[in-house]
Amino acid sequence: MAASTTNGFKVIGTRPIRHDGVDKVTGRAKYGADYAFPGMLHGKVLRSPHAHANIKSIKIDKALALPGVKAIVTADDLPKLPDKMEAAGEQAINLNHLSMNILARGKALYDGHAIAAVAATSSHIADEALRLIEVEYEPLAPVMTVEDGMKPGATILLPTLRNKEDGPDKETNVAAHLQFKRGDVAEGFKQADYVVEREFKTAMVHQGYIEPHNAIGIYNADGHATIYCSTQGSFVVRSLSAAVLGISEGKIKVVPAEIGGGFGGKTTVYLEPLAVLLSQKTGHPVKMTMTRAEVLRATGPTSGSTIRCKMGATKDGKLVAAQCWLAYEAGGFPGSPVGAGAMTILAPYNIPNILVDAYDVVVNRPKTAAYRAPGASNAAMASETVLDELAEKCGIDPLDIRLINGSHEGTPQTVGPPFKRIGLIETIEAIKNGEHYKSRLTGPNRGRGVASGFWFNVGLQSSATINIHTDGTVSLVIGSVDIGGTRAAQAMIAAEVLGVDVNDVRPTIADTDSIGHTDVTGGSRTCFATGWAVYEAAQDCIRQLKERAAKLWEKKPDEVVFENGMLSPAQPGGDLKPMSIKQIAPRLARTGGPIVGRATINARAVGPAFATICVDVEVDPDTGKTQILRATIAQDVGKAIHPAYVEGQMQGGTAQGIGWALNEEYFYDDRGILRNTGLLDYRMPTCLDLPPIETLIVEVPTPGHPLGIRGVGEVSIVPPPAAVANAIYHAVGVRMTELPMSPSRLLKAILKKRAAGETQAAAAD
Amino acid sequence: MANKVIVETTINGDPVELLCEPRQSLLEVLRDVLELTGSKEGCLTGDCGACTVVIDGRPVCSCLMLGVEAAGKNVSTIEGLATGAALHVLQRKFLEHASLQCGICTPGFLMSAKALLDRNPNPTEAEIRYALAGNLCRCTGYDKIVRAVTDAAATMAGRSSRTAHGGAVPAETASGMVSEMLAKGEDK
Repeated sequence: MAASTTNGFKVIGTRPIRHDGVDKVTGRAKYGADYAFPGMLHGKVLRSPHAHANIKSIKIDKALALPGVKAIVTADDLPKLPDKMEAAGEQAINLNHLSMNILARGKALYDGHAIAAVAATSSHIADEALRLIEVEYEPLAPVMTVEDGMKPGATILLPTLRNKEDGPDKETNVAAHLQFKRGDVAEGFKQADYVVEREFKTAMVHQGYIEPHNAIGIYNADGHATIYCSTQGSFVVRSLSAAVLGISEGKIKVVPAEIGGGFGGKTTVYLEPLAVLLSQKTGHPVKMTMTRAEVLRATGPTSGSTIRCKMGATKDGKLVAAQCWLAYEAGGFPGSPVGAGAMTILAPYNIPNILVDAYDVVVNRPKTAAYRAPGASNAAMASETVLDELAEKCGIDPLDIRLINGSHEGTPQTVGPPFKRIGLIETIEAIKNGEHYKSRLTGPNRGRGVASGFWFNVGLQSSATINIHTDGTVSLVIGSVDIGGTRAAQAMIAAEVLGVDVNDVRPTIADTDSIGHTDVTGGSRTCFATGWAVYEAAQDCIRQLKERAAKLWEKKPDEVVFENGMLSPAQPGGDLKPMSIKQIAPRLARTGGPIVGRATINARAVGPAFATICVDVEVDPDTGKTQILRATIAQDVGKAIHPAYVEGQMQGGTAQGIGWALNEEYFYDDRGILRNTGLLDYRMPTCLDLPPIETLIVEVPTPGHPLGIRGVGEVSIVPPPAAVANAIYHAVGVRMTELPMSPSRLLKAILKKRAAGETQAAAAD
Repeated sequence: MANKVIVETTINGDPVELLCEPRQSLLEVLRDVLELTGSKEGCLTGDCGACTVVIDGRPVCSCLMLGVEAAGKNVSTIEGLATGAALHVLQRKFLEHASLQCGICTPGFLMSAKALLDRNPNPTEAEIRYALAGNLCRCTGYDKIVRAVTDAAATMAGRSSRTAHGGAVPAETASGMVSEMLAKGEDK
């Protein structure tokens, strides 16, 4: 729980009811799938039953003849886009790859790859039509692992893919090789008293949002289109849909519905361009929703990976060198988060000599998408368990080895420039001084593990508008989709600056025609960047309010002050009474008309985030099942605006990290077909699997941000897998190097250790 | 297309006569025929619980039942949980404890929790976690949900001083009440 840190704030740091709360507990809130329009058709997608296949032909005649079927589209209905990185709105992206992921062109690259889309008068008829589409495939050998993809003579997924190292003539599955280097690792390892080197494998996992993807496309005869969908970024949906469809951005309006979870997975497009295309073909609104199996087979999970990590320390625990090798599954198209993995794997520590190599490898799996601190959890699983081994060899407490080496202000980052003020050390100290770590853990097969994690956070662009109503209440208009209570936080920032009650601020998420460009709700940026814009928009209101008061008082604006929600003359005396916003609001018409405060920003300075977690486990040595007994996470959030939702982010990321650690995994068979396409078999934690997750909010303000906000959404998912692995080691003495540490894997490791022990005992006899 | 069937049922206390295809699930009938979109679709296989409704006192995944099977049954959905403009204690506690982030699982959790408290007004934490294990939440890690249900049970039994009034509170005053609690330093 947060310490009382409201110091000086009236609203920030309190826990008001979220403004969209009543709608969301009464079933009134409208998510994408809840919208319906007159004459609406239903769209469905035909998906590849092969992991890797050439598409020889697609025959749609029989399906089109089914009564109720209105249109069928394939890749031939989309413009062919250039096969190179190009700007799409705000980001650089290979548009050909994006388009080919939405509808396969010539080749199916994973089980579930979209082949064709149907619009019909009901979803059941659309389903029937899918069965009548005849596709002739020429199956190819699937490439399912980074090792298979990288080996010489590997089956090639994308014939045009090249990387810089291998040159323009060599076909490859390696889309990129990145390297980060500091000092001389060979020399560094010579200074080490202890060196630990391990190889890790982590499974592909899905974000697991409960709401499947959805989109409604409405194409008008005037060439304008409207998209209703649940997305983390309405503006990214607009720019990517426009690019895929070959129409200009300004002709698309995206209306963001409420969103049922995303965790990074809803920052791209799948159905949106198809819904518009089918609407254009039929003249009707077209609604498309995915089934759970479609979500798992064909939307972006995050990469499985192979990681080698070698670290060396002197006997007093000082890290002297680290070398890492990371290869991440990109999916059918390039773009895994391996770069982020490489830049985060050693970021929590000050190590003079480092060498990190990272490979982005295409494989016959769905194209990966962002997932909460993308790439960092895989990486931390490696480095944070190797560090635990080093601590043990050095005979140093695992938190102390982190304190000895921990990054702080001035420590060089993996990419070079030094960190500004950061709060890693404070998170380690919060755990070390906390009741949980100080408590004694007793009992057989129980163990405690700790780990730390880093995530960059991002800034980017946001816009905010504040309208002052005649009754003194205000409406706040932003473009950041509310995925976890951010409406309340934004309203609190406006209320704090304006000195009004938080319930007198009504926050609204606007469509792309009604607010300035706002980047995705992602990268832990919403309270940081949009909150910054809201802060500035409120300041803009105050500037205008002072002008109006000056007019009423026949003074100059700089002769008016605004303090504690009151406008008053700078020079006391006279009969001029201070006015609140409620008091001046009815007089705006007489002083020049309405007040609209506005601000837009491109937040360049960001506040890097760190978290440290402590986990207690109990392992059943007969089944290999791990129960989490207790978990406490300390995270530096800069400034907690609404502490309850900050705790919620910390708890939610921890829960996802525990699922990643223990259960979650994509199971592909030897033909590359996904075998666990439902939530019974893709096993996410239920409330029986988790203990109450305890939170320690650490507040080290981000330099440069007017409120010190750092961002809270992501870093909590980074340390849990490693902490659970460390706890399992301390419980049963086996070092796990594969995720998930499911009962079968852990039991195998326990039995192997037992057998080795018996062999040793026999040899000693 | 199969011939549609007339189904007579009771939904949130009101008699309803509806027309649906035999192949339509109860969830589809609620959402697409009756426009009761508060019940959510997360999986269609009974694994996530987002579509939970209460039928004759038992929580049921409405995606696993056909609409025609609702004939003669008493179906309660999230749309019927509040009484007029007054939220149910569970709804209010979910808001006070910040038990929802994205909110897509919330209707299902509320209906499962309602069924639990109706048959066991004084559940232990383990009983709450067991009763809610059929509902998946990916945002919260469940901690604040379990706390809200625990607090709601205590409130309904009149065991908690800070919510001694029990029963339902008008929606529009719910947030005002919490602000008041904050001012008194009673919350958290």
